[in-house]
Amino acid sequence: MEQKQNPIPINTAETAVPFWRDAGKRALLFQIVALFVVGGISYYLFSNTQANLARQSIATGFGFWEKEASFEIGESLIRYSAADSYARALLVGALNTLKVAFIGIILTTILGSFVGVARLSSNWLVSKVAGSFIEVMQNIPVLLQLFFWYAIFYESFPSPRQALNPIKGVFFCNRGFIFAIPESHSAHVAMGGMFLVVLIGGWFLNRWGYKRQELTGKAFPAGRITTALALFLPLLVWAFYGAPTAMNVPELRGFNFQGGLTISPEFSALLLGLVLYTSAFVAEIVRAGIQSINRGQIEAAKAIALRPGQVLRLVIMPQALRVIIPPLTSQMLNLTKNSSLAVAIGYADFVAVANTTINQTGQAIEGVAMIMVVYLFFSLSTSVFMNWYNKRMALVER
Amino acid sequence: MKITKTLVLVLSLCLMLVSFAHAGKDLDAVKSKGFIQAGVNGSVFGFGMPDEKGNWAGLDVDTARAIAAAIFGDASKVKFTPLSAQQRFTALQSGEIDVLTRNATQTLSRETQLGLNFVSVNYYDGQGFMISKKLGVKSATELDGATVCVLPGTTTEQNAADYFRTNKMSWKPVVIESTAELAKTFFAGRCDVLTSDASQLAGTRAIAANPKGYAILPEIISKEPLAPAVRHGDDQFRDIVDFSVLAMINAEELGITSKNVDMMLKSKNPVIQRFLGTSPGNGKSLGLDEKWAYNIIKQVGNYGEVFERNVGVNTTLGIERGLNALWTNGGLMYSPPFK
Repeated sequence: MEQKQNPIPINTAETAVPFWRDAGKRALLFQIVALFVVGGISYYLFSNTQANLARQSIATGFGFWEKEASFEIGESLIRYSAADSYARALLVGALNTLKVAFIGIILTTILGSFVGVARLSSNWLVSKVAGSFIEVMQNIPVLLQLFFWYAIFYESFPSPRQALNPIKGVFFCNRGFIFAIPESHSAHVAMGGMFLVVLIGGWFLNRWGYKRQELTGKAFPAGRITTALALFLPLLVWAFYGAPTAMNVPELRGFNFQGGLTISPEFSALLLGLVLYTSAFVAEIVRAGIQSINRGQIEAAKAIALRPGQVLRLVIMPQALRVIIPPLTSQMLNLTKNSSLAVAIGYADFVAVANTTINQTGQAIEGVAMIMVVYLFFSLSTSVFMNWYNKRMALVER
Repeated sequence: MKITKTLVLVLSLCLMLVSFAHAGKDLDAVKSKGFIQAGVNGSVFGFGMPDEKGNWAGLDVDTARAIAAAIFGDASKVKFTPLSAQQRFTALQSGEIDVLTRNATQTLSRETQLGLNFVSVNYYDGQGFMISKKLGVKSATELDGATVCVLPGTTTEQNAADYFRTNKMSWKPVVIESTAELAKTFFAGRCDVLTSDASQLAGTRAIAANPKGYAILPEIISKEPLAPAVRHGDDQFRDIVDFSVLAMINAEELGITSKNVDMMLKSKNPVIQRFLGTSPGNGKSLGLDEKWAYNIIKQVGNYGEVFERNVGVNTTLGIERGLNALWTNGGLMYSPPFK
């Protein structure tokens, strides 16, 4: 707190103000008292918890991390078996949460922007369809939506033996969507590397083109050139490696499909539910952002002969984003946090794994603390990134 | 003003926590409350589930009623809290419930790490597999590659992992927290197999649209001694809970039922006299009324009656006594002497 300057200089002891009349000193005193109270309460709660746990001989500490988890997890991005440690099981859960949050945020942003723009369309039908989508999705609790989508997946799709097979190598059944994927080959790694190289090169090309345009006024189609290269060069690399075409085709063996890539009903239902629910909010945010721009701006942009795409990209979006980004960030955080509802429909997210861990080890306090730390970390990382982006987009006043 | 309000709020919160943490002895707390708060399953037919009229019924529910009958002389002085598998131990630890009668398996780590005491077993169970008859599977050893529906927070999850690992079979779990939702998912065909304690499988099958379409495989892959549990810290309460369970078993051994218990009061057999409190002693030792065992049998019944009423062969579950028969009939139910 800022020390308030006393307007009259005090030199003598006679005129000295007692400290409880001095706003600055009083504020300081309150702060110190508050600090002690908070510290004392924290200490009391902590020691009381410790004492109670010890009295009931409930185990404490994070020693269980290294113990064998001995439970199986339905889907995992990294190799995992029941023989691995709790730490690894929890990592699997955290990655699963990250997976659904990451893909969910990207899809939500795309779908939300699309619906938001459609809502403003001059076409009556398009605008009404977008409007009803928003109203319906926004107003049904997300948990119900998850149950609904999950039920659709397991009730309406057939069992693996009667799986739908629309095209060769693709199966739809109540075990999920199963696709054929290319057999792993060193060419794929090289293709991915090449793709990255093109992307980085494209960024530099774009910067150079922008500078050139500022100097000479001549535009350079950096975007189109990069897209072409990004498509063409990896194909060239693929041909160079002898064009491997071996596919890992899923096959029905015993109970289930073996091979290929499976997207589980749990993941699909969770992703669908979260994306549809959150994108309705994002759509409204995008609409508000676009409507916040003065019509005169758009007319002016058209007057200097910018194409509609350019109007959107160069005039509307940079200004609309300033309004859009802060509430968009909070929707992204909502999506991440809502992903913990996965427990209800059996997706192995962090909360699900942590719950099982809590139950097997009995260490609820540690488990819940871990859940809080993980979600805090995800949320803060998203916030940091979005704040950085927001700063970049913010109005620079000269 | 604002600071004062906040401070008052914080302090009152602290006081709440304090009173919560230092709740007195469990038995005293129960007695002064006037009823027992029992944690039960809530959705397993035959063990703990409200019937169509909203009255709680089941083997575990009756066990809780027996404890109430022992302490208050009135089996209705009990309130039930339905708990999920994941909530149950925390609910007991935190004092939300006084006793857990919710088909919980007694294990070493639960006794030691969770701060719980399990008492005598009220149902010997074992984990099994249920599968649709359409799949034509006859044994659990044919389950390689299967998708398995399993409830989280139970020993079931671990047993299944152990079983598939020992038999070198691959599998995929589908883990859903609510028992009802899990059953729905299984019946819709999301999983090939549902694994749980055999008694629960029977209960789940009983509420299926087509119970005849499902078979329980012969393999029992684990030992599941299901027992009521109490918190550490009140041995007298633990004894009461323990002997309430045992009293029902002992009554069956002695041939005392809810129907003949009044007649048995006139029995000349000293063992029965001691048990029913006509020759006093047992009640005083437990800190209860001498009629405590009489009240249990009169109001709830002996173990055999409770078993047959809730899960026995004449119910929809149709479970044989098996391991849960008296030791004299080849089962495991055995009560220490009441003297």
